[in-house]
Amino acid sequence: MKDTQLGKISIRNVSKTYDPSGANVLALDDFSLEIDSGDFVAIVGPSGCGKSTLLNILAGFDTLTSGEIELDGNLLAGVNKTPVPGSDRVVVFQQGALFPWKTVMENITYGLFKTGKSNKYEIEARALEFLARSGNLQDIANVYPAQLSSGMQRRVEIIRAIINDPKLLLLDEPFRAMDTVNKTKMHQHLLQTYQDNKKTILFITHDLEEALFLADRVIVMTTRPGKMKLDIQVNIPRPRDHKIMVSDEYIALRKKTVFAVREEAKKAFERGEREMA
Amino acid sequence: MKKFRLNWRGLIAIITFFALWHFGVVYEVSGLSQLPGPTEVIIVWFNEFLFTADYWESWFISFERVLWGFVIAQILGIPLGLFLGASNLFRSIVYPVFEMMRPIPPLAWVPLSILFWPTNEASIIFITFIGAFFIITINVYEGVQSIKKEHIWLAQSLGASRYRIFYTIMLPAVIPAVAVGMSLGIAVTWNVVIAAEMIASDSGLGRLTWEGYVSSTPTVVIVGMISIGMAGYISTLLVDFLEKKMMPWKYRR
Repeated sequence: MKDTQLGKISIRNVSKTYDPSGANVLALDDFSLEIDSGDFVAIVGPSGCGKSTLLNILAGFDTLTSGEIELDGNLLAGVNKTPVPGSDRVVVFQQGALFPWKTVMENITYGLFKTGKSNKYEIEARALEFLARSGNLQDIANVYPAQLSSGMQRRVEIIRAIINDPKLLLLDEPFRAMDTVNKTKMHQHLLQTYQDNKKTILFITHDLEEALFLADRVIVMTTRPGKMKLDIQVNIPRPRDHKIMVSDEYIALRKKTVFAVREEAKKAFERGEREMA
Repeated sequence: MKKFRLNWRGLIAIITFFALWHFGVVYEVSGLSQLPGPTEVIIVWFNEFLFTADYWESWFISFERVLWGFVIAQILGIPLGLFLGASNLFRSIVYPVFEMMRPIPPLAWVPLSILFWPTNEASIIFITFIGAFFIITINVYEGVQSIKKEHIWLAQSLGASRYRIFYTIMLPAVIPAVAVGMSLGIAVTWNVVIAAEMIASDSGLGRLTWEGYVSSTPTVVIVGMISIGMAGYISTLLVDFLEKKMMPWKYRR
């Protein structure tokens, strides 16, 4: 059995209530989603819609209040099952979380040194191979993250996640803070990485265009409490490049989704104003 | 190759400073009439201090006190700060006592310290220690609190044990805070050691300066002040050097 081929996720009726200072806040409300092995799924929703909460539960950083999540048939999180982080589900965060005190090489190989039997030479050779495949990045192996541009840092982070051979790659708005040029480059890079590795990817974003461009399936969420509003199949063939953004299929998909996303963003905004008042 | 460039503005300011001092003394500007001019200070420094064993012993003794106080403050302050930051139980018990003691200025400890410690030397080192201890502890404590949760999470995701997370994530993450504590700590340590020497010691650079005052030789006072300034500056350079060694990732560009 080849583990790497798996990565099927079942999210069933998941709710999450936060309890800051007595006021119960429902972040996720009865959310269900089945993700097939090797699928690239994007979740789009306004800030505070619970999409990051879902990702944190999947990654094992947070608990759920009701419902359950399975990965390849194994219970990952449930009412009586506190999820734990594991190298089968690696996250790339919005703000970036490379360890600044470690070089690129040390960052990438961090998850590979697990027990005493790890062979440093083999591990580093493997890391160099990944760097080389990722656009001739082997020259930056001994550099510290602060010496790299934000785009480079994010690429290293994606390598750090992929090299551990996870079943599921969790991306939490990884390109949010980037300008358009860098974002475009990173999209190409991510599509290439996906093409090469075929991992199940859950990509969280508030940017609908990005989601439609990258994913096979786009889930639009409502504002808090987060529920599924739309579930759209993106049947645009791969490999993709930015030309598809003016294709008829892409524009048709945008038409189908853009107002739903706008509506939720507007609701979130108005509620934000009310909460401020 | 880094080309050396003379900072003209800075140089002119320094020359002006000495010129003002010199002419202030020559023309007996009020308040300066009792004081020696810069040339006199330099001559006395050269002839009576620079080549005497007593002078360098004062340096050595003060440095020794600073070093002991500083090092002991690190040895106790860093773990205390780590515990305060890492354990809620420990913090809830220890922090109130810590916060009660922290506002007491180090010099307020002088009388008690002399009563408590068997030797004068120990009491001065203790006061110096107090000067750096609270600053270092607070900085490490805040450093622990500012560790990014994403770093811990990621290390967990990548399969690191608690032990490994502590050594490879938490410790390096607080090093910048330790460095800030060291920079602030070394400055306070010199402040405190000089004052403590003036009050409660018969040796060191602080004492040398004070004796200049007691024996009505302001030249000696100024020689003492300049020596203290240089000693503090050298200490700061040493700490800066240490910090660069501790945090290679911050200084490589």
